[in-house]
Amino acid sequence: MIHSLFLVSTAGHIFLEKHWKSVISRSVCDYLFEAQGKASAPENVPPVIATPHHYLISVYRDRIFFVAVIQTEVPPLFVIEFLHRVAETFQDYFGECSEASIKDNVVIVYELLEEMLDNGFPLATEANILKEMIKPPTILRSVVNTITGSSNVGGTLPTGQLSNIPWRRTGVKYTNNEAYFDVVEEIDAILDKSGTVVFAEIQGVIDACVKLSGMPDLTLSFVNPRLLDDVSFHPCVRFKRWEAERVLSFIPPDGNFRLMSYHVNAQNLVAIPVYVKQNVSFFETGSSGRLDITVGPKQTMGKTIEDVVITVHMPKVVLNANLTTNQGTSTYDPVTKVLVWDIGKLNQQKVPNLKGSLSLQSGAPRPDENPTLNIDLRIQQLAISGLKVNRLNMFGEKYKPFKGVKYVTKAGNAGPQREQRSTFFCWNLFE
Amino acid sequence: MVTLLLQKVKYTASKNICVKISLSCRHDDLKEMLDSNKDSLKLEAMKRIVAMIARGKNASDLFPAVVKNVACKNIEVKKLVYVYLVRYAEEQQDLALLSISTFQRGLKDPNQLIRASALRVLSSIRVTIIVPIMMLAIKEAASDMSPYVRKTAAHAIPKLYSLDPDQKDQLIEVIEKLLADKTTLVAGSVVMAFEEVCPERIDLIHKNYRKLCNLLIDVEEWGQVVIINMLTRYARTQFLNPNESLLEEGGEKTFYGSDEEEGKEDKVEAAALVVKRKPYVMDPDHRLLLRNTKPLLQSRNAAVVMAVAQLYFHLAPKAEVGVIAKALVRLMRSHSEVQYVVLQNVATMTIKRRGMFEPYLKSFYIRSTDPTQIKVLKLEVLTNLANETNISTILREFQTYIKSMDKDFVAATIQAIGRCATNIGEVRDTCLNGLVQLLSNRDELVVAESVVVIKKLLQMQPEKHSDIIKHMAKLTDNIQVPMARASILWLIGEYCEHVPKIAPDVLRKMAKSFTNEEDIVKLQILNLAAKLYLTNSKQTKLLTQYVLNLAKYDQNYDIRDRARFIRQLIVPTDKSGALSKYAKKLFLALKPAPVLESPFKDRDHFQLGSLSHLLNAKAGGYQELPDWPESAPDPSVRNVEVKYPTEQSSTEEQKKSTKSKEPKDRSDSESEDEEESSTESSESESEEESESDTDAKKKKKKTVKKWRIYVSFCVALLLKCSFPSPQAASPTCGPLKTYELLHRITGEGLAVTYCFSRRPFTGDPHMVSVQIQFTNNTEVEARSLRVLEPKLQSGMRIAEFPEIDVLPPGEISTVVMGIDFCDSTQAANFQLCTHTKKFFVTIQPPVGELMMPIFMTENEFKKEQGQLMGMNEITEKLTLGEGCRGDHVIIQRVISTANLSRVPCGSAMECRFAGKTVTSGSLVLVTVVTKEERAAQVTVNCEKMLIGTMLVKDILQALSQ
Repeated sequence: MIHSLFLVSTAGHIFLEKHWKSVISRSVCDYLFEAQGKASAPENVPPVIATPHHYLISVYRDRIFFVAVIQTEVPPLFVIEFLHRVAETFQDYFGECSEASIKDNVVIVYELLEEMLDNGFPLATEANILKEMIKPPTILRSVVNTITGSSNVGGTLPTGQLSNIPWRRTGVKYTNNEAYFDVVEEIDAILDKSGTVVFAEIQGVIDACVKLSGMPDLTLSFVNPRLLDDVSFHPCVRFKRWEAERVLSFIPPDGNFRLMSYHVNAQNLVAIPVYVKQNVSFFETGSSGRLDITVGPKQTMGKTIEDVVITVHMPKVVLNANLTTNQGTSTYDPVTKVLVWDIGKLNQQKVPNLKGSLSLQSGAPRPDENPTLNIDLRIQQLAISGLKVNRLNMFGEKYKPFKGVKYVTKAGNAGPQREQRSTFFCWNLFE
Repeated sequence: MVTLLLQKVKYTASKNICVKISLSCRHDDLKEMLDSNKDSLKLEAMKRIVAMIARGKNASDLFPAVVKNVACKNIEVKKLVYVYLVRYAEEQQDLALLSISTFQRGLKDPNQLIRASALRVLSSIRVTIIVPIMMLAIKEAASDMSPYVRKTAAHAIPKLYSLDPDQKDQLIEVIEKLLADKTTLVAGSVVMAFEEVCPERIDLIHKNYRKLCNLLIDVEEWGQVVIINMLTRYARTQFLNPNESLLEEGGEKTFYGSDEEEGKEDKVEAAALVVKRKPYVMDPDHRLLLRNTKPLLQSRNAAVVMAVAQLYFHLAPKAEVGVIAKALVRLMRSHSEVQYVVLQNVATMTIKRRGMFEPYLKSFYIRSTDPTQIKVLKLEVLTNLANETNISTILREFQTYIKSMDKDFVAATIQAIGRCATNIGEVRDTCLNGLVQLLSNRDELVVAESVVVIKKLLQMQPEKHSDIIKHMAKLTDNIQVPMARASILWLIGEYCEHVPKIAPDVLRKMAKSFTNEEDIVKLQILNLAAKLYLTNSKQTKLLTQYVLNLAKYDQNYDIRDRARFIRQLIVPTDKSGALSKYAKKLFLALKPAPVLESPFKDRDHFQLGSLSHLLNAKAGGYQELPDWPESAPDPSVRNVEVKYPTEQSSTEEQKKSTKSKEPKDRSDSESEDEEESSTESSESESEEESESDTDAKKKKKKTVKKWRIYVSFCVALLLKCSFPSPQAASPTCGPLKTYELLHRITGEGLAVTYCFSRRPFTGDPHMVSVQIQFTNNTEVEARSLRVLEPKLQSGMRIAEFPEIDVLPPGEISTVVMGIDFCDSTQAANFQLCTHTKKFFVTIQPPVGELMMPIFMTENEFKKEQGQLMGMNEITEKLTLGEGCRGDHVIIQRVISTANLSRVPCGSAMECRFAGKTVTSGSLVLVTVVTKEERAAQVTVNCEKMLIGTMLVKDILQALSQ
């Protein structure tokens, strides 16, 4: 299966290598660099590269290429999914998954990789088990360790690997027993120039933070489970009960985890919470252009829209932008040609507006494409689909836990999982 | 031997150090730290070393210093040493051997986690010398109590296999054993091992098929992927094609035709088929697989979802495949790498099953933030999904894409429009018009791509579109992209009769710029010249000559060749042969329009979701997805034998229930017979067992004691009558040796003899049963014969025979007593009493009677023998006696010497026997190897060395007589 793993920075520096079978020379990464040279951006490097003797399967995350070297047939998704799991584990352990943090914790990284794969086949990938074996670094512990010489490796043997519920460690104890659930929904929409919806859908996730002692058995039910069109679950969820009763019944892992992801039926009309009026034009003469964007709230069900950010990818010929706004700040990066307008909260009274002139490269032909706008936003205490959690019951333990549910709606996802944005495409048709 | 090896190791070690000290003194501090007594220093050193390894720096010269710490108490140090060891053991094989004993010790640890980790590291050390040790460790771990250790054993199998492929046969045995494991922990790992070692041994799966299906949902994610992929292949060999009767080919023919047509054709052909074929009934096992995998479409793991999707695509009836679409569309919202792989597979699926993804058309719309490779794949899917009803929406979507800043993507979009136009006749003109408008685009790449696509479209109906050709002819002045120029020239040449005035002019311009053109353009200029020469030689003769002359001296030999060829063909000379007559036919033949096909067509002969499918080339180790069989193989191979419980009545019930569970066509007569005979024997066995069970329970009750004695008495009687009991068949022991216990004279008329009956003693399995025969040679009756005051060595026990109340004169009486000799040949001393006298007697067993036979296969024998090497093995050479010829005699002699059973074996030169000692149950393995000239060799493997030595002596004696 997975033969070796190389971590490569975007600059082409191989800063970590690990081999599970015999050693493969790092020169194999040259094929990746070659592909990187051809691609316009790191995201465009093909995830699977065939070389004369090996296959490279890579994922690009947080400015790092995770490159797995394969020698024989293996489902590519198997490797990709695993590499993402590795990145998530690093994130979980070090707070961020970056070249610096990995270099700082290289020993822990090595210990983790050693446990996660055996002979290239995944062994322990559950965060709960890994944390039992290798403790995540904290400032306090690293200070204590340097003084006392004690170690990160757990002295007790990890019993979680042996149990039927490998995702939960045994002997969990808390003084405050709490369970929090975040219902996070994203609107993913494509609008055309006039604001008509071309495509819109709502996806949601339920992220949980469960800190309960012992072996609690939880049941989470919804007021309106029919909204959910397509779901995928954490392995702890009992699928049969969902099929039969539409409730989530599970023994939770300890700590943070994603309980389920769902998709809301597309037939329900998706209400786009904001409207955007935009007018970008380039003059035929004088190598300049005008830009005018207005944003306002639409259907928000009485909640305020926060963290509104508009990103515009400008054509290459736009040298600079001279813009004024009545709310927030706008910056234009002349290298990446990206205009970012950070608006913040949307008020009912004042309508944010951004306008000004664009200076173009002189002599260059007038760009005929219209730039696309991406909008990020966030609405607290609202799941835009209307999904509501009914109740959470606990069995198996005697104490009374503290329970909480939070609803958030986003446009696109700022989190590590997704790259999608709600995209407002603008089109010009053939004349 | 051992010391020699050690010396060698020391020598190489010191040599290594000597050489390297001069090279690198920089690691001296690390060595010092490793040698220190403080764990913290060691840990620090190890951390620095591991960091070096991680950066890819060479740390191999520290090997001796590091390996010393392999038995360190500190867990983290230990773990890091393991990391180091596994990394460098291959380079420093001799030194690595030093660590092996630590792991061997670990393998025996009472803690399962330590056993597992020892096995894990041991099997990761890639040193060929330790292959036998690994093999042994794996075999042992495969029958460990702990499922976690067994899982580790499964992981170790591919490691050993890659190290030494010669071990395949033995490893397959272990795999077979582990496949039968019923825990979810092991299932995934062993199937993984199966796939790496022996994917062709599909027969090993039969018995485990249903179990694997049922366990699947509880197996960990990674195991699920492997199992599902394997079961897909399995199902393809064992079940019938569920879509056979639906006839897919009919659908394919009218792939782009209207749905109605398709339906009609289907109906007709299906009707025709119904006559031919008997109706298809899905095998319940096939259904089981589909049913049990379906919930996994909801997994959070993309690899699992993909695995189920491909399983459904390859195995499910057409009507059910649709369920996977939604799950696959869900994966489209995951990471871009996941999208990339999923889209490739969706693209293949959409060619065969378009309808499945049509409802999700909009999910494949392209976002401006998608990476180019994703955009291109989405385009591919959208193009595959296009049909009469949705083409207008798709085209409108395409039009916006053309405005994108990503030029590669724009080019791909134009190609896609071209494909839609060829496939869907209704929109051909619209597309063509749109593309022609693109010819005035400011971006040259867009124009060039459009030209290429228009060329292909025009080939379909050139006569209608001479104005477009004219328009394109004008473009030659501006457009620079070689492919586009070549396309235009080809078009003009091909359809020069539609543009008779422009064509020669274009040739004139081209002749002017000929030397500056790219090769593909030059070739097309030559083509154009030739075609014009043939149709309009008056105007173009000189131009053609000129172009041909230029080409004659071109740098590219292709062009020179082409020029020579064309000249010979079209310019009539004296020498020119018969071919020039046909020049017109050659050049101006009607060319068929190109078929614009998806690059994903026919990719589905690779298993979807595989690396090979993604690359469209066979990757190493790829297992072909077999075609469905014509007729289904016997489904009864998957039937699992039911273990019958002890009571007879419930056995029957069980039998009934299993039969009713099975479909009727399953039970063919042969297997039924077998079943019945096996039940019979097990019944009779179980009866005995239950008796002895009940015995054991009531042992303490005095009242029952008599009954027990009665039973043993009966058994003894039965033996005497040599009643054919079920067990009597197995050991072929021949006549029993009789020993004298009490001579007629010393016993004053009472003669007592004994022999070892070689039957298990009914009361206590740890006792040797001794059959005692009393003969009363006196004139008076002897009364109350019994055992008194046994004087026994510590640990030895005696189960006395029941008192014989009266032994009339001249009569013979036989009883059985049990003696536990504690696996030693020490004598049991006791007194034998009559109502008047006491006699001191002694029973001393020959060593061969201290054991009882056990049944083994040759492989088990070898495996066990492998574990009893060294001190536990005693080998002697001998010359066989005169009468000792042929293995039959040898077997008979060995068996009469020792209570062993023969192990069936393939070789005629070898005889193997197995048994275990009665008290402790230690294995006794005897091998007799005959060589030429009556030479032979006896090997005894036994944990109890004393027994081994004595047994060898006895057998030697028996054989050399």
